[in-house]
Amino acid sequence: MIRWLLLALGGVVLGGIVHLATIIILPHTATQDAYSRLARSARVDAVIPLPAPTPQAAPMPFMDPAFALAVCRYDLSRGPLKLSVPVSLAYTSVSFYTRYDVAYYAINDRAAGRRVIELELMTTDQHNQMPEDEDVTAADRLIVESPTLTGLIAIRALAPEPGLMPMARSTLAAARCVPEDASKASQ
Amino acid sequence: MRLLLGSLFALAVAAIVGLGSTYLALSRGAGFGPLTIGSWTAWPKSGTVDVDPYVQASIARIGRLPTALGDGLAFSATSDDRGRPLDGRCDAVLSGVTPAARFWTLTLYNRDGELLANSINRFGFTSQEIVRHADGSFEIAVAPHARAGNWLPTAGIERYVLILRLYDTPVGVATKAGREVPMPSVTVRSCP
Repeated sequence: MIRWLLLALGGVVLGGIVHLATIIILPHTATQDAYSRLARSARVDAVIPLPAPTPQAAPMPFMDPAFALAVCRYDLSRGPLKLSVPVSLAYTSVSFYTRYDVAYYAINDRAAGRRVIELELMTTDQHNQMPEDEDVTAADRLIVESPTLTGLIAIRALAPEPGLMPMARSTLAAARCVPEDASKASQ
Repeated sequence: MRLLLGSLFALAVAAIVGLGSTYLALSRGAGFGPLTIGSWTAWPKSGTVDVDPYVQASIARIGRLPTALGDGLAFSATSDDRGRPLDGRCDAVLSGVTPAARFWTLTLYNRDGELLANSINRFGFTSQEIVRHADGSFEIAVAPHARAGNWLPTAGIERYVLILRLYDTPVGVATKAGREVPMPSVTVRSCP
């Protein structure tokens, strides 16, 4: 009897380890998480507007129907990324997510304090490699460090009333996310 | 033989306890440090890099993008103030005021996070659409049939979730439930 009780106790302890392991591994193996869903349709380094959620179909669950949403899936392995988002009349925000859907940074139109939210996204290594003088001369440059090489930028514009949705959508249509090399080459 | 039986037994217990508790934790939406006000719950850390593994696992399982804390904070309610689950066949009323925020939106979903089809294509309200009393407070009727004023249709679904999202708000990780964060009350008035 005691033998079986001990075995059960051992099983419970082992079960605790299984529990913790599955919780920690799950985000890394999920195939239906937001990034994986969007990775199928959104190409890398481009702002892709997502369709508004309807009862029949939605790009992902629990989307706010009052917002127009566009995403930029990024890959920093070829260098930093430049992001510019014009500000709409009501409320505009830019949120940054890692490959595993962890929100690591967000900024809204008021915090940016300008008519265009302009950001540079790079890894910590790329930030450290930047020439120092460049860093100093551009004091008002907003640099965001991504903890992962790939990830997702979500750009949201609020339509306070349904009639203002086209305006929110047109704001997002003017948003750009381009690799820094490409933006230099075009200048 | 006894050793084999014994280890199989222990492994079976481990599998049931481990996977069962994972399933329960994810379907109940467990997490550390929830901010609960009335029937509303938010996980302020879910929109930061300090997100706990439970919330992160449930986000990955559902497949949603969490609201980043610099953007706003999302409160959800699945039951009324007396703890009864929200039933779309009943008449419920949301009344009161919201915490300070530049904008807020209220949206009704089914438990899977899908919007519900209804005759007036109303899936929620924004803070600018709402009809308010003179003192700034408001009432929203969450009901299966048309109501005067702010009506949010439930489409008669059995279980629904209300999400109140505050955008550009001081409410965050350091917020404690109290007078500074007045959330609207959720009351079920009548049930067929």
